[in-house]
Amino acid sequence: MAERTGKRKPMIGLQPEGDIDWSSYRGVMVFVEQRNGQAKPVSWQLIGEATRLAAKLNVKVMALVIGWQVSELAEESIYHGADEVYVCDSKELEHYRTRPYSRVCLHVIRKYKPEIVLMGATNTGRDLAGAIATHLPTGLTADSTQLDVDEERLLLASRPAFSEKMLATILCKQFKPQMATARAGVFEQLPRDTTRTGEVIQVPPQMDPGEIATEMIEFLETKGSVNLAEAEVIVAGGRGLGGPAAFEMLKELADELGGVVGASRAVVDLGWIGHDHQVGQTGVTVRPKLYFAIGISGAVQHVVGMQNSSYIVAINKDANAPIFKIANYAIVGDLFQIIPAIIQAVRTRKLERLQLLKY
Amino acid sequence: MADERFDVIVVGAGPAGTAAAYTIAKAGLKVALIERGEFPGAKNIFGGVLYRKQLEDLIPEFWKEAPLERTIIEQRLWVLGEDNTFQVAFRDGRFQDPPNCWTGLRVKFDQWFASKAEQAGAVPIYETVVTELLRDVHRVVGVRTDRVDGDLYANIVIIADGVNSLLGKSLMVHREWNPDQVSLAVKEVISLPKQTIQDRFNLEDNEGCTIELIGQMSKMAGLGFLYTNKDTLSLGVGVMVSDLQKKRVKPYEVLDSIKRHPMISRLIQGGEVKEYSGHLIPEGGFDSIPPLAGDGWMICGDAAQMVNAVHREGTNLAVTSGRLAGETAIAAHLRGDFSFGTLDDYNTAIRASFVHKDLKKYRGVHSLLGFGDSEKLFDKLPESLNEAIYQMLLVDGVPKKDKQKMAMRLLRDAAGGNLDLLRLGIKGWRAMNG
Amino acid sequence: MLHIVVCIKQVPDSREIRIDPKTNTLIRQGVPAIVNYYDLHGLEEALRIKDEFGARVTVITMGPPSAEKALCQCVSMGADEGVLVSDRAFAGADTLATSYVLALTIQKAEDTWGPVDMIFCGKQTLDGDTGQVGPGIACRLDMDQLTYVELFESLDIEKQEVVVRRHLEDGVERVRARLPVLITALDILNRPRRASLPGVLRAARYKPIVWTTNDFSNLDRSKIGLKGSPTIVSKTWVPEPKQVNTEYVDSANVVAAATDLLNRLYATELPQKLGWS
Ligand SMILES: Cc1cc2nc3c(=O)[nH]c(=O)nc-3n(C[C@H](O)[C@H](O)[C@H](O)COP(=O)(O)OP(=O)(O)OC[C@H]3O[C@@H](n4cnc5c(N)ncnc54)[C@H](O)[C@@H]3O)c2cc1C
Ligand SMILES: Cc1cc2nc3c(=O)[nH]c(=O)nc-3n(C[C@H](O)[C@H](O)[C@H](O)COP(=O)(O)OP(=O)(O)OC[C@H]3O[C@@H](n4cnc5c(N)ncnc54)[C@H](O)[C@@H]3O)c2cc1C
Ligand SMILES: Nc1ncnc2c1ncn2[C@@H]1O[C@H](COP(=O)(O)O)[C@@H](O)[C@H]1O
Repeated sequence: MAERTGKRKPMIGLQPEGDIDWSSYRGVMVFVEQRNGQAKPVSWQLIGEATRLAAKLNVKVMALVIGWQVSELAEESIYHGADEVYVCDSKELEHYRTRPYSRVCLHVIRKYKPEIVLMGATNTGRDLAGAIATHLPTGLTADSTQLDVDEERLLLASRPAFSEKMLATILCKQFKPQMATARAGVFEQLPRDTTRTGEVIQVPPQMDPGEIATEMIEFLETKGSVNLAEAEVIVAGGRGLGGPAAFEMLKELADELGGVVGASRAVVDLGWIGHDHQVGQTGVTVRPKLYFAIGISGAVQHVVGMQNSSYIVAINKDANAPIFKIANYAIVGDLFQIIPAIIQAVRTRKLERLQLLKY
Repeated sequence: MADERFDVIVVGAGPAGTAAAYTIAKAGLKVALIERGEFPGAKNIFGGVLYRKQLEDLIPEFWKEAPLERTIIEQRLWVLGEDNTFQVAFRDGRFQDPPNCWTGLRVKFDQWFASKAEQAGAVPIYETVVTELLRDVHRVVGVRTDRVDGDLYANIVIIADGVNSLLGKSLMVHREWNPDQVSLAVKEVISLPKQTIQDRFNLEDNEGCTIELIGQMSKMAGLGFLYTNKDTLSLGVGVMVSDLQKKRVKPYEVLDSIKRHPMISRLIQGGEVKEYSGHLIPEGGFDSIPPLAGDGWMICGDAAQMVNAVHREGTNLAVTSGRLAGETAIAAHLRGDFSFGTLDDYNTAIRASFVHKDLKKYRGVHSLLGFGDSEKLFDKLPESLNEAIYQMLLVDGVPKKDKQKMAMRLLRDAAGGNLDLLRLGIKGWRAMNG
Repeated sequence: MLHIVVCIKQVPDSREIRIDPKTNTLIRQGVPAIVNYYDLHGLEEALRIKDEFGARVTVITMGPPSAEKALCQCVSMGADEGVLVSDRAFAGADTLATSYVLALTIQKAEDTWGPVDMIFCGKQTLDGDTGQVGPGIACRLDMDQLTYVELFESLDIEKQEVVVRRHLEDGVERVRARLPVLITALDILNRPRRASLPGVLRAARYKPIVWTTNDFSNLDRSKIGLKGSPTIVSKTWVPEPKQVNTEYVDSANVVAAATDLLNRLYATELPQKLGWS
């Protein structure tokens, strides 16, 4: 079908291009992911972690900002801990697209030689990191949850393996930079410090707009945005809810607690709630401060996605439900009676507080 | 509909169906082996003893490659009382070579056996449920499956779909079960370190032992078993469905009560339950064997009730019946005649084989269990037997002669009189040992 | 005719993997191998395109000989050909070495059956779980990639264009791209079909094509297998299971239970962290 004639292009990424004197690679670089000039929280979290690593290595924290009208983000990067910021600001980079973005990254990496490059393990971060690491080429560790460096300046990136049953520490000795994507919500961002200063370096785009063959037609923001990955409170329901209607109740509780609604795969498959709400191995891995598991049995595939919540409250009428094994607070009973009571109790509590404040 | 036609379609890749498909494929005929499980054996369970002879007839020295657990060198029978146990055991090194029987797990064994049939040329069609037989007036001409374009045609359909035989029912040769013709078996596979098993059961290397249990099982007609596998134990119990209904207990409750028995609990202690499953066992025996063939079809294995009521032998009857059905199919193919007239040769072959003879011999078992004797046999007698032995062995100054009398009285009372004790004894002996 | 390549991997069913409590190693024995969950969604989309427009669907996998079974499963669903790239020398590959071998394989598939218009991968594998191989292949072959696709909106053969919806954490992106393109599939993309009976019959007899290192004239041995993999697993360990001291809230009286629960929550650092007054 496709008519692509002529000689085949040589394959990309078989050899590092140019400099392979790895000792000239210094610094920890973080890619700042953004949409419409708003940075993703994971970007600041990673700059926070990069600061720790950079101190150990005695090097600078570098931030890389790509987009359109993103100069403010350069400042913000510095406030969050970066020493140097590379900014590529251009209309054709308004929306993320793999090729034009990766060309800028490659250019910056080759020119400014960071020894470590970190990106959020978001869909965009993974998309971009996968392309860049192949192109360079270098080793890339996915979805890290722990980062460190050793005396030999090696990045020790640890990540869950086999559905979180194990952790593995991964190194890349052969090439620089050492790359890793890292999970949102795991690392702490530094307090925003507007007195910090740093250097901002402008970088030109690396691709002629005419060469770019993909086009973003539109972005449809998720309504009532269930940003599970970043939520601090999640009220999740499972098949025990008996039907879609009961999610109203969960929503009420979530609203009271300033949280969002999550779900097990079983109910997503049943169509009771959208896929965006699914927590677990094939859904979103979450780390909220507080997680309610309501009418959820606690199948491993669900548990691996939420076991790192700081506090877990499980409500299930089956005293033997495996979810209780990982719960901090367990209520054995009928959710249809317990949840309304909890909602009521939360409201009463709020009211009491208000009254206390009045007097 | 698939364009392809087969000489034979076999429904069910248990021991019966696979033996048939293997036999037919080896003769070079086109045979399809249809199984509803993800793979053969995926959902199949049994207690766990596989016998050499019948399978050897099919695949010489099969044990050198088949996934078997342990070679049985010792068989025990335990009569459980409340907290006492009367035990008999027999061990003989000769059971090692040539082996007499093994423990096995169906997940592994069925898969291996079916792979032999596949290697011989049988076409595997798994994860596929046969929903009905396709008929041309009264002749069976193929099967309908639950897949898209799922009809498949053949000259002969061999039905080996197990105890519940949906297809047998559709041919009206398999009636709905009466609760007293079928027992429900539940079984747990409990994992323990290999060495622990060997220590607890006094075994070495690949030696294995079986324990048949009779007695304290929530006072119901049933037999329990505890078999040693490599690094697991199979613990199960079969109870007549009629009893379960009468006593309103759940099968797993019966299993739980066995697990709590002091003699058993120490053997399984520290083990982790790896799987729990339930399965029906046909108990009707000889008297409920249906017609075995018709125009374009034959039926074998559990689907044809070929299990002897002691639960222990089923796979071997299944393998032999499957092989005989397969051989009949080959003969029919050579003759080009697939009518009842030819396929009934299978019936004749079964009658000439041990299957028929054994089942006939055990014929009494069903009536034994059916006549309300079950409580006696499975509860009162074991209890009194244990009590009697306890009294005999207790040195407390009572003269031995009196003790003997007391013991006999205990047994007699439990059986409801001298005659009944004798009758039960004879029946029980026959039932258990043929 | 369109030529679509689907990359699939046979993975251990992660549900069944357990950790040996003594040695802290994975118990893989007896763990069934399945076709990576997401890859089946990629295959399904390729088959839908085949149903609508007509296409040759080639499924490829790099893996051990036992992966033939996975290819047969794909053939039963409707793939035209299955290629297994298998050689001891490929073993131990990380995503970089894997994408190299798969890219080579796709080039060889092009030489054999014609230029490739689309490549489908899964979002990620259940064992590797990186989602890096897809982008790696696209990069090596210098084609555009559309990752995390949740809806295949349209294919315009005249214009050589596809429109898909990409799923992101905060929304959905509609993107247009030109062929050839590599797409990685989410599970919400579609519902993989069950093979038809004729499909099962075909697969039962199907023998996948097997390519070894010797079948590639231009293969660079330093780029494959363990040697070609820059990442090194330096250690693995089993995280201490979170020691939770489960507190049971008495639920006899639900109102009391609810208050009790709140009191306990308020006694933690949660109110401070979450800004509860
Ligand atoms: C490859 C693969 C990937 C998977 N990925 C995921 C994943 O990402 N996320 C996920 O969640 N699952 C996943 N699963 C599915 C998972 O195995 C389970 O099937 C699923 O998590 C079960 O959901 P559940 O707990 O809602 O339902 P169930 O297991 O049916 O549990 C319902 C619970 O509700 C309780 N209940 C019922 N009524 C009441 C009541 N009135 N009051 C209180 N309690 C009540 C019951 O006791 C029961 O414990 C995956 C499976 C596979 C095969
Ligand atoms: C608890 C228990 C303990 C036992 N212990 C022993 C023992 O120790 N030794 C011994 O020799 N025997 C034992 N038996 C008996 C033995 O398991 C059976 O007699 C034997 O398995 C019968 O083989 P079969 O091939 O006829 O049926 P099955 O093994 O039941 O095989 C039938 C096959 O057909 C498939 N099937 C059914 N319906 C369909 C359909 N519609 N479409 C497609 N496929 C279908 C099933 O999935 C199954 O794989 C025991 C049985 C039980 C339940
Ligand atoms: N060995 C392999 N053979 C074929 N395809 C693969 C292989 N490894 C990964 N893939 C493809 O790449 C996707 C992402 O894999 P991973 O990067 O390992 O998460 C998978 O869903 C497959 O489509």
